[in-house]
Amino acid sequence: MRAATLVFVLAAVTVAVARATEIPLVERKSGYDFMGPDTRAMQDDDTTNPGMLWVLDGETLWKRKAGSADKSCADCHGDAATSMKGVAARYPAFDAARGRPVDLEQRINICRTERQQATPLPFEGKELLALSAYIGHQSRGLPIEAGADARAKPFVEAGRKLFNQRQGQLNLSCAQCHDDNWGQKLAGAPVPQGHATGYPLYRLEWQTLGSLQRRLRNCIVGMRAEPYPFDAAEYVDLELYLMWRARGMTIETPAVRP
Amino acid sequence: MARALINVPAKAKRGEIVEIKTLIQHEMETGFRVGTNGNMIPRDIITDFVCKYNGEEIFRAELFPAIAANPFFAFSTIATESGTISFEWTGDNGFVASESADITVE
Repeated sequence: MRAATLVFVLAAVTVAVARATEIPLVERKSGYDFMGPDTRAMQDDDTTNPGMLWVLDGETLWKRKAGSADKSCADCHGDAATSMKGVAARYPAFDAARGRPVDLEQRINICRTERQQATPLPFEGKELLALSAYIGHQSRGLPIEAGADARAKPFVEAGRKLFNQRQGQLNLSCAQCHDDNWGQKLAGAPVPQGHATGYPLYRLEWQTLGSLQRRLRNCIVGMRAEPYPFDAAEYVDLELYLMWRARGMTIETPAVRP
Repeated sequence: MARALINVPAKAKRGEIVEIKTLIQHEMETGFRVGTNGNMIPRDIITDFVCKYNGEEIFRAELFPAIAANPFFAFSTIATESGTISFEWTGDNGFVASESADITVE
């Protein structure tokens, strides 16, 4: 019996390995398409979408002066509805000074330390989530353009490599679930294609808003691998690859997921 | 003060049934969880929600630890007269939040 099970598992793994290819562009689906009607309705209505609470907080923070420069985001960038429109759709973006891409959260903290002369906001803290949700929200409905910059290409490749790299005690790669077995069930939940279209998003399981890095940590822990520390270059490469992989799909920030 | 999102139709016909939706930001800490230091995290929840239509109570809810963070309520009422619909949430540690919305009944 045990031997038979092992053979079956081996066969299943072999099939999965044989399929390892990227999802054709026309077959791509947002996590939204895998949700039930109730959760979709929750995301669609701005008075029921809990992510909007963070967007409102972000709007307040956008106008609040901070740091020894005594400047708010609005003092430099003005009205976010115009200045931040489409920005989140291009992130993670290549930063010439650092010679590598930075994600939206890192960009906010670069602005804070270099322009506002303020302390960086802690990762996954309420304020950073609120600001990134507010900025992301300005791009809702716009197509994702991240990774189009030629200078970002090597980092997209690095992210792709991480995505296809087996890791952890379960010896799984991201691609084995999200490229090869999307639409199947993991426990009771459908395995989505892993397109990062709505971050930061409100996850019902978390009962709060969370960043893409938190989501990646979740998956990495699920593979029983050790997560990278927040802010690690590996996350940014992965985020960049995921956004490039979702190129042309529309931003949903703040999305709701089960 | 906590943020709340209110959805009350601005206009309604007299006698019409209108839907009211409210969402408020709150952690709803159950009091049953253990923190990273091994100590219990004390309970911090909203305990009561009251909605009044021109001062008259039309909806009330008691909340308990099993209710999700950022509680959402949807209910309906009959639009009887123009006026104000007010909402108040109260909870542990002196938590109080209030909102109001105007409705015009024709």
